[in-house]
Amino acid sequence: MADLVVGKDKCGEQRLVSLPLSRIRVIMKSSPEVSSINQEALVLTAKATELFVQYLATYSYRHGSGKEKKALTYSDLSHTAEESETFQFLADILPKKILASKYLKMLKEKREDDEEEENDNNGDSDDDEAES
Amino acid sequence: MAERPEDLNLPNAVITRIIKEALPDGVNISKEARSAISRAASVFVLYATSCANNFAMKGKRKTLNASDVLSAMEEMEFQRFVTPLKEALEEQKKKDKDKKTDSEEPDEQDEDNDEDEERLEEEEQNEEEEVDN
Repeated sequence: MADLVVGKDKCGEQRLVSLPLSRIRVIMKSSPEVSSINQEALVLTAKATELFVQYLATYSYRHGSGKEKKALTYSDLSHTAEESETFQFLADILPKKILASKYLKMLKEKREDDEEEENDNNGDSDDDEAES
Repeated sequence: MAERPEDLNLPNAVITRIIKEALPDGVNISKEARSAISRAASVFVLYATSCANNFAMKGKRKTLNASDVLSAMEEMEFQRFVTPLKEALEEQKKKDKDKKTDSEEPDEQDEDNDEDEERLEEEEQNEEEEVDN
């Protein structure tokens, strides 16, 4: 897994990094506190990102149910984000998916709970006090 | 500076290739999975940058350097990346040294230099080959 990812450019020279540095830099610079990035740091970040992609893919494949189907699916990835501490920072962007019907049911139940609460507050009761 | 949404994404073709090379032959990758990994990669860059920047600030520097990135990897619990990254850095240095002996170009270790524009051209060529399947 520690293999270097090499690509070949049009001169046939082996390139150490396949991801475009210009794009990596755009993403890095979108971070507000960052002033400048030295060339080595840029190359290392690009390379690290490639290693990360490899790692995320292989980890998710090994731990996911897709192994039986010879496929890597979204749920393998969201499973990884949820279960693995290393990949937990991805949990928000790789949420688990639920059926739309289930989600609508959840919304409905929440709405009913909220309505119930409102009715309690509006009801005639001597002990009724506005809750903070 | 406003970035268009697609600027914060990495090229599909390259991401797909990296994934395919990492997984065993014959494994399919759903489009959703591919897009998810691409998004994850962008988030990784942001997270790594932010982490590396903390190290730079601690060192009272305004420029992110290689050691900041390596420290960030350890902090983020990606120690496994440190050795291959150091190797890549050595390779890069060797290549730059060879290039310098061929041409008269001055040593540019700082940010926003011309080397990037060179890569930019090459990169853009690659991006044109992108095909969504």
